[in-house]
Amino acid sequence: MRWLLLSSLMLVGCQEKLSNHKVHVTYWDKWSGFEAEAMRQTVEQFNRSQDKIVVEFFSLSGVDRKTLVATAGGDPPDIAGLWAYNVYSFADRNALVPLDDFIRSEGATPEKWLQQYESVYADMCTYRGHVWAALCTPSVTALHWNKQMFRSAGLDPERPPRTLAELDEFAEKLTRQDPATGAIVQLGFLPQEPDWFAWAYPLWFGGQLLNNDQVAIGTDPRNLPCYQWVESYTRRIGLDRVRRFASGFGNFASPQNAFLSGKIAMEFQGVWMNNYVRRFSPGLEYGVAAWPAAAPGVDQFALADTDLLAIPRGCKHPREAWEFIKFIGSANLDARREDQLRGMELVCYLQGKNSPLRQWSPFFEQHHPHPFIATFRQLARSPHAVHLPKMGVWLEYRREIDSAFEAVRLLAKSPAEALAFCQNRVDDRWAWHRQSLQRRQTASAGVSVSQDADRKSTDAAGDHRWSGAGSGLYTRIRTSDIGPTP
Amino acid sequence: MTTAEKRNLRNGLAFCALWFVGFGVFTLYPVVASLYYSFCDYSVLQAPLWTGLDNYHRMASDTVFWISLKNTLVYAALALPLGMLVSLSLALLLNTGVRGMTMFRTIFYLPSIVPTVASSLLWLWIFNGQFGLLNWALRPVLGIFGATPPTWFSDPAWAKPALALMSLWGVGNSMVIYLSGLQNVPQELYEAAEIDGANAWRRLWHVTIPLMSPVLYFNLIMGIIGTLQTFTTVFVMTGTADGNPARSTLLYALYLFSTAFYDLRMGYASAMAWMLFVLIVGLTLLATKLTEKRIHYAG
Repeated sequence: MRWLLLSSLMLVGCQEKLSNHKVHVTYWDKWSGFEAEAMRQTVEQFNRSQDKIVVEFFSLSGVDRKTLVATAGGDPPDIAGLWAYNVYSFADRNALVPLDDFIRSEGATPEKWLQQYESVYADMCTYRGHVWAALCTPSVTALHWNKQMFRSAGLDPERPPRTLAELDEFAEKLTRQDPATGAIVQLGFLPQEPDWFAWAYPLWFGGQLLNNDQVAIGTDPRNLPCYQWVESYTRRIGLDRVRRFASGFGNFASPQNAFLSGKIAMEFQGVWMNNYVRRFSPGLEYGVAAWPAAAPGVDQFALADTDLLAIPRGCKHPREAWEFIKFIGSANLDARREDQLRGMELVCYLQGKNSPLRQWSPFFEQHHPHPFIATFRQLARSPHAVHLPKMGVWLEYRREIDSAFEAVRLLAKSPAEALAFCQNRVDDRWAWHRQSLQRRQTASAGVSVSQDADRKSTDAAGDHRWSGAGSGLYTRIRTSDIGPTP
Repeated sequence: MTTAEKRNLRNGLAFCALWFVGFGVFTLYPVVASLYYSFCDYSVLQAPLWTGLDNYHRMASDTVFWISLKNTLVYAALALPLGMLVSLSLALLLNTGVRGMTMFRTIFYLPSIVPTVASSLLWLWIFNGQFGLLNWALRPVLGIFGATPPTWFSDPAWAKPALALMSLWGVGNSMVIYLSGLQNVPQELYEAAEIDGANAWRRLWHVTIPLMSPVLYFNLIMGIIGTLQTFTTVFVMTGTADGNPARSTLLYALYLFSTAFYDLRMGYASAMAWMLFVLIVGLTLLATKLTEKRIHYAG
């Protein structure tokens, strides 16, 4: 027993010694299942590509809350894979290291560096005049339709709806009910399935959520018809019948998924959907197209989103973290075989997603596992591709929009009432947030004078450990990091 | 103090030292800190900035705060009496001398040791409006009257009653406390009542309930504290921090959680936590005041 213990200790000691000359970088991200495996393979590729850094990848649930607590505790990971809205919220609280200096250290300007990506994604990396995060895997949302159900309803399976009127018309034709009980057994379309994109419906209708930094959900007149359209579905089908039918939908990632099980014929879904089709409903005949035009002049509408990699303040190895972020953000554009895929293209290929890079390698373009990847690429390039509003209180804003959407679809409030409530509520929260930023700007302006000497040593591009919460983090707030308060 | 007494004191304190450290670090400090933060603009990520009573003032005009408070009080008003009634009834049934009583007690207690997350997911399927076990059983019965069962968690009007019904799953703990209380009721009082011609109902009302009143009071207070802090069930069952459908299950603790960890308004969330504390203390004092003349401590 003692012999075993000693051997183990020696082995651990040797292991430690072998890896001691490399800098260990911790990377937390949200992935699970095959997506985590894809990232793990990409991390291994990075680790093999050089001899100075070892990235240790940890797949975590609730990565945003864990990063929050770890950053507050002064011991965050070197790289955090966050959702876009986290980045703006964290940036407002000065909890991330801006990437501008790292980019400049590569001999590029932030603007030039971002030009390698599709503009809709590149724009999501910037906030208040800084680059706060770099792109990881992106997504685009498009209309998915079940060709078999179209055929059964007498519709052309190769012809998706192109306008909102057609969407409603096709939805009507695709709806089936039990002749004996009148219960719904199949729906053509349901605005709340899934309800993840309800916040984007006003944008689809040509409306706005933010207008010159002012909340516009209740003030933009184009948003009201959008909510009236949502309400019209419940009124047409019947509240109780919708509820009863929708309560039978299973989880998204299951064979009981409403689209995969043939309960709903048309849905807005992301590029990821093909992975679930392959897993839970192989052989499902489906097509992908842009969202039907809902407003004059807004065709090829698409909703883009991306996962972002950020460097939390207080991390031990920001410079090495940047090396990995840089690797993930690049690709071998000459790749002609799978084993030549690198960085961004490798992880996007393995996760079945589009690459946010403007240029794709021949292999990635021609052998991508998603049969409609070209459509997603085209949609990401559309001038009407939109992303979430960049604001530090977006999560609250979105929750209010979702709540208004719920109230309207359940006929608990009229569209006008729901939008007015949402407007008032978010106006208040937005003003409160800006007041808080202003207060901190004032407080940090006083502190920054006395901390001037200290500040000079905080070189973001160097291997400097930024002090965590409870010590230097609070006193190193720089007005330039916070940016101008709107 | 003799040398032996000093030694005993030192040993006693040494044994308690670890607990004192744990209590200080993990309970006392967070409690005191949260009181301080409740008067601050604090996001967790930056140092707290003193804002006085601002967070408390905001609460008064926060409509969602009032929605969450109302939901919590309605839920407590449904779940608390229902839970006490069911657990007391079960305890009375399990206090009879039928065969296999130990096995029945174990069976009725078992659900309360199932992890809340697991039982919540299970109940989500039981309450499913279309395929749920509950509606499968209710459909033929209600069909006689031409009615259909509700869709429970898909319907804002039925979501809170569904939560209250689900809370019965965990009555095992209070049932055990009632059982121990019932076994302490002197048998001679039942015999005397029986000789005086009291039927089962009168024996329950005039003997059992008065002698069980301290236990009832204890479970009432614990119930107030527990129901007002309900979080896990709704968080798991509704899958969001918004209390779907249409904020009908947005309970106080859920709103507090999303305010603190999603919206990064830890100062405001701390103020909410202290308001909840005040509310619980107030309701506890009210319950004590209302019941003080009806509680009989034996001996």
